[in-house]
Amino acid sequence: MVDVTPDGTRGVPQDGTTAVPPAEVADAELYHPHSYWTKYIFSQDAKVIAIQYSGTAIGIGLVALVLSWLMRMQLGFPGVLDFITPETYYQFMTMHGMIMVVYLLTALFLGGFGNYLIPLMVGARDMVFPYVNMLSYWIYMLAVLVLVASFFAPGGPTGAGWTLYPPQAILGGTPGGTSAGIVLMLVSLILFIIGFTMGGLNYVVTVLQGRARGMTLMRMPLTVWGIFTATVMALLAFPALFVASVMMLFDRLLGTSFFMPALVEMGEQLSYGGGSPIMFQHLFWFFGHPEVYIVALPAFGIVSDLISVHARKNIFGYRMMVWAIVIIGALSFVVWAHHMYVSGMHPYFGFFFATTTLIIAVPTALKVYNWVLTLWRGDIHLTLPMLFALAFIVTFVNGGLTGLFLGNVVVDVPLSDTMFVVAHFHMVMGVAPILVIFGAIYHWYPKITGRMLNEAMGQFHFWVTFLGAYLIFFPMHYVGLVGVPRRYPELGETVFIPDSVATLNAFISVTAFVVGFAQIVFLFNMIWSIRHGRDAGGNPWRATTLEWQTPQTPPAHGNWGKDLPVVYRWAYDYSVPGAPQDFIAQNDPGPRGAAPGPVPA
Amino acid sequence: MAIALVLVAVVAGSVLFHIFSPWWWTPIASNWSYIDDTLTITFWITGAVFAAVVLFMAYCVLRFRHREGITADYEPENKRLELRLTLATAVGVAAMLAPGLYVWSQFITVPAEATEVEVFAQQWQWSYRLPGEDGRLGTSESRLVSFENPLGVDPDDPAGQDDVIVEADDLHLPLDRPVKMLLRSIDVLHNFYVPEFRAKMDMVPGMVTYFWFTPTRTGEFEVLCAELCGVGHGFMRGIVMIDTEQDYQAWLQEQSTFAELSAPTQVGLAEPANP
Repeated sequence: MVDVTPDGTRGVPQDGTTAVPPAEVADAELYHPHSYWTKYIFSQDAKVIAIQYSGTAIGIGLVALVLSWLMRMQLGFPGVLDFITPETYYQFMTMHGMIMVVYLLTALFLGGFGNYLIPLMVGARDMVFPYVNMLSYWIYMLAVLVLVASFFAPGGPTGAGWTLYPPQAILGGTPGGTSAGIVLMLVSLILFIIGFTMGGLNYVVTVLQGRARGMTLMRMPLTVWGIFTATVMALLAFPALFVASVMMLFDRLLGTSFFMPALVEMGEQLSYGGGSPIMFQHLFWFFGHPEVYIVALPAFGIVSDLISVHARKNIFGYRMMVWAIVIIGALSFVVWAHHMYVSGMHPYFGFFFATTTLIIAVPTALKVYNWVLTLWRGDIHLTLPMLFALAFIVTFVNGGLTGLFLGNVVVDVPLSDTMFVVAHFHMVMGVAPILVIFGAIYHWYPKITGRMLNEAMGQFHFWVTFLGAYLIFFPMHYVGLVGVPRRYPELGETVFIPDSVATLNAFISVTAFVVGFAQIVFLFNMIWSIRHGRDAGGNPWRATTLEWQTPQTPPAHGNWGKDLPVVYRWAYDYSVPGAPQDFIAQNDPGPRGAAPGPVPA
Repeated sequence: MAIALVLVAVVAGSVLFHIFSPWWWTPIASNWSYIDDTLTITFWITGAVFAAVVLFMAYCVLRFRHREGITADYEPENKRLELRLTLATAVGVAAMLAPGLYVWSQFITVPAEATEVEVFAQQWQWSYRLPGEDGRLGTSESRLVSFENPLGVDPDDPAGQDDVIVEADDLHLPLDRPVKMLLRSIDVLHNFYVPEFRAKMDMVPGMVTYFWFTPTRTGEFEVLCAELCGVGHGFMRGIVMIDTEQDYQAWLQEQSTFAELSAPTQVGLAEPANP
């Protein structure tokens, strides 16, 4: 059960003076791996698995980055690269979207940050099922390999758009529709979901069962709350994509008609009949909308912690922040059809889904208020993690507000399927979460490697990425307002599109190349700093949460040495009046009476 | 320091871009100016919120940036403030949702006097069917689609015989008369999109979808497909002409009915069926 007061304790006295028996989980020698293979390759250590997940996700993410360059090349300078035909453009577009949403963002937030931070932040030695955790990564790896294989398959990868809408996805007019492309895509998704389910169950059970003594749910850092809630959502949402993928695979390979009505393709009657294309869309978005929040909630949680640590101030309204995460997670399951306002579904659905969609804006706005109110009367250190957190708020607020256009059913009608939508979702679920990922890497890299990332390269990376991304996606909304549809490899001669749109498109493309280059600098920085970075020490940011209190940095296998930590306070005791320094670690029993309860009454 | 200035510049730049942008929606040619109005309200509300939040952040960064000897306040929560902000947000959201839902109810309520026009989509062209003298469209079915019967009109339905068939050609519509566009596809998803009309809807094989509008301006408008439909998606274009009543009737007289098109070709007919 959720313990609603941050003061709530589990056998730990309020004032923290009485001795508490430590660790129930002893550190046994047999438990540690001894060979290179079990230590670094088939590792069961969540921290190693986290790095494997992150490395793979960033690797495949680089493919998506190159694909975005190729698309921007075509949109900004149509016809310059003559290998970009409509076929290849649609293939680049589809793979870019699918990689970014599923194989990069989901994998990096949950598989990467989830694995690294959950056990450390809740004070556990590891995930509760380390072997299953290892399997989770390797199945994810297999899913990525199958995805990559589709680039080399005859006919190339699928070009159905990341939404994979049937009937188009499995017909001949779409690249990869009747060749191997769509089959490999669906198989890869099925594998990904199997792998994710193994990891996801681990994260949930570890948060519920593996917490250190005194770590009540309402003392957990918001990072853990965000990842935990997102994982629960993913475990509920991904099965919808799983069944949709299996059914479409049957339609494609066995000739079933789950999503296929009677069709005439290029003058030829096909043998399909009786299926419903809209049913696929419902299944897809029943997964797809929660997916937005599966990416957003970990970002919400992490950014809350970044702001709090670097503003030296407790997060404002912690309890409200936790409840907002939970409420957003729950509401996100009843808003999916706002992606389908012009799909041809029953028009009355519009009333319901517009209402739920705009209601979700309230808890989301509350989170934004609490982030900026945390800055109020803080002691703001403009470190790189803080800069990225501030940039996140700008882009997230911008992208969230354009969501109010698209969520409000009738306003969506003219904007739907235009570049306005592309600009909106890139701002809100592309740029914003990725800025958090950067902030988080600058923040936790010292714990992972023991060294700081290079500041100069970091500053360059920050300014180019933040301002560049804003310059790419803010004007793109106006391309959509003009009426330019999305998913057009070239606009050609279109009466209502002025020539100036081509100039704007060229500007956006050039900016995108520059921003992409800055990411290469960032990757270089990550590699360079492993050897040449400044020594970080155990707790360079003077943070309260448990991962900064480990006996070694980087933390060894088992995390805590002989005794597990005991938690005496919430995660946000910064600048507590009367305390000797401006933070009190969660496992610091503290002098009697020095630390007041985090929440009055 | 720099970040505070940049945050202010982001707000100022965004507002200036919005005001001076040459990129704005096309002049409207339908009755849906309410949609434009709701969009404008949304721009004002969201723009104000964006400016307020980012400027507040800029102020905080400037005012509360780290200085030696200053510690942050310790204030875990403030229930009253959080409640007030929640209520204010709820009011703002309602101010956008209420007109939105009101206009949506109009959008989905087709006036009784609207004429039905069928839009027929296939990879990658547009065709149309208009009711004939009887004012009714005959039934149709994808299974009936063939080279001779490209729109799959039921030959046994008497209501379909006088239907006017416009195959892969421009559609003409009369000015100021509400029209219900019945949308049919026989292969994949498509979407009938004319930016000046503001309305659009997906076309789904196996069902008939619709939207309605009243043309308010004569002229030639470009039709685009707005739902990814395969490699020809970007080239699936068409033309809708909005005519005065007179021009419309003149155009209509030149079109052929289903019965004319499906009659066996006769040599030496006084008037060719399809000039």
